[in-house]
Amino acid sequence: MTTQEALFQYTLRLGDTNLILGQRLSEWTGHGPFLEEDLALTNIALDITGTAKSLLEYAASIEGKGRTEDDLAYFRNDRQYFNAQITEQPNGDYARTIVRQAIIDCFDFYFYTELAKSKDETLAGIAQKSIKEVTYHLRHTSSWVERFGDGTEESHNKAQTAVNELWQYTGELFEMNEVDAILIKEGIAVDLNIVKAKWEKHITELLEKSTLTKPENVFMQTGSRKGIHTEHLAYILAEMQALPRMYPDAKW
Amino acid sequence: MEVNKFEDVFEGKLAKNEMVEPKDWMPDNYRKHLIRQISQHAHSEIVGMLPEGNWITRAPSLRSKVVLLAKVQDEGGHGLYLYTAAETLGISRDELLDNLHTGKAKYSSIFNYPTLTWADIGAVGWLVDGAAIMNQVMLQRTSYGPYARAMVRICKEESFHQRQGFEIMTRLAFGTEDQKAMAQDALNRWWYPTMMMFGPPDAESPNSENAMKWRIKRETNDQLRQRFVDQTVPQVQYLGLTVPDANLKWNEAKKGYDFSEPNWVEFKNVISGNGPCNKERLAARNKAHNDGAWVREAAQAFAKKRNEIYVAA
Repeated sequence: MTTQEALFQYTLRLGDTNLILGQRLSEWTGHGPFLEEDLALTNIALDITGTAKSLLEYAASIEGKGRTEDDLAYFRNDRQYFNAQITEQPNGDYARTIVRQAIIDCFDFYFYTELAKSKDETLAGIAQKSIKEVTYHLRHTSSWVERFGDGTEESHNKAQTAVNELWQYTGELFEMNEVDAILIKEGIAVDLNIVKAKWEKHITELLEKSTLTKPENVFMQTGSRKGIHTEHLAYILAEMQALPRMYPDAKW
Repeated sequence: MEVNKFEDVFEGKLAKNEMVEPKDWMPDNYRKHLIRQISQHAHSEIVGMLPEGNWITRAPSLRSKVVLLAKVQDEGGHGLYLYTAAETLGISRDELLDNLHTGKAKYSSIFNYPTLTWADIGAVGWLVDGAAIMNQVMLQRTSYGPYARAMVRICKEESFHQRQGFEIMTRLAFGTEDQKAMAQDALNRWWYPTMMMFGPPDAESPNSENAMKWRIKRETNDQLRQRFVDQTVPQVQYLGLTVPDANLKWNEAKKGYDFSEPNWVEFKNVISGNGPCNKERLAARNKAHNDGAWVREAAQAFAKKRNEIYVAA
């Protein structure tokens, strides 16, 4: 694998993770638990989808085969997608959406902080912009994890169930393969072991503060680095890609 | 001061084109009229998020997805300013929402029509927001201060939305045959419902007279409708599309178009709950609100606990 191929794979992985998460979050738009929160979550969806667009644009330019960000988003199937499996999990109730988001925001906060130091200027630039947004997202979702955890019995149970059910998808966030090895050597990619230590500490403190229990000895699911997903992704893509695939010659 | 003195002050403000502010005395009917109008407007923004939100997950390019998300978020933001403006008249958000959820309060009928294709998202931005702007530009100078100020912000964003809608239509109209057909179909379905947005003909408009007198409205339904047609027809021509009205004809004498009236029987039907999506829209709003009840309760319970800890410390 050349550095260029690795960089393409890496950027695609980051782009896909943001795109699928943005897609899931935007399902809430217009249906939030109250107006202010509807606006906040839509805003997070907007930031994340914007980051996805920048990353896929960059991936397309690295590939250099004349594909655009839209070709990458709309004309790959699920086996060619590399988003982390946690992002494609259904929204469920609001606690589940918030817990999923807090887990990812916390990861993103430390991940993009590291990526901002990348020797690849484009990735570093995207990361610098992203940190500003993620800092706000993390503050927002953490405050809701606390509210749910230490709110009512019902909200506590919903949040704890969400933590228990989503935990199996957290291991995958820190998996590294040949792509990472090549790019870490070049000073381009982030060493996910560094992110993992910081993430663990932060999320453990957040759960504790929220009177929630951190699951122990959970079997971790895996697959997305190889384009293997849960059953949910194909449905997300079927919906998202329908129009461009129905009219492949059209420009929108 | 006697009541008629208060009324003199109020009338004086209207006469001098001054704003009426929340703490000023105002006639009960004026207050009621404003609560009805502002809350209807707020509800329209919130319900309007549904037909447009319907296409966010299916927007055909990443750019159009981001633009649509931002647009729907803006509409929610407009709802928020407007609910806040209504609250200055002495009614709570809970009460306002309750009126929406029980079907007591109305919202713009246009949102009871479905968005069936991507072209509908173009048509809603171009025609529906275009029509809304006609009404709203006038409302920037409406007599009630908080409403007028909210409208200044809203108008800026709505003009932007209208351009976005027109951009979608342009891409479709100058795209493939299938895309052009999609654009024409959307125009066919949205033309008359948009014309209905200006309300019934002046002769049959029950609320117009007071609204004009109190400077809440400054132009009549028919005047606005005429202006909308005159402004929109050249845009339709630019797109190479056809207005679905065989009677549409330039009238040199009035320097405007003659056109067919929308079907007012349909209008009354949609208003009274029989539009294609009335039940769905209301059900979606109720579901969101009911599903969110435990979230709001958790937030309150948490705030109370933290407050107690704070007080104890």
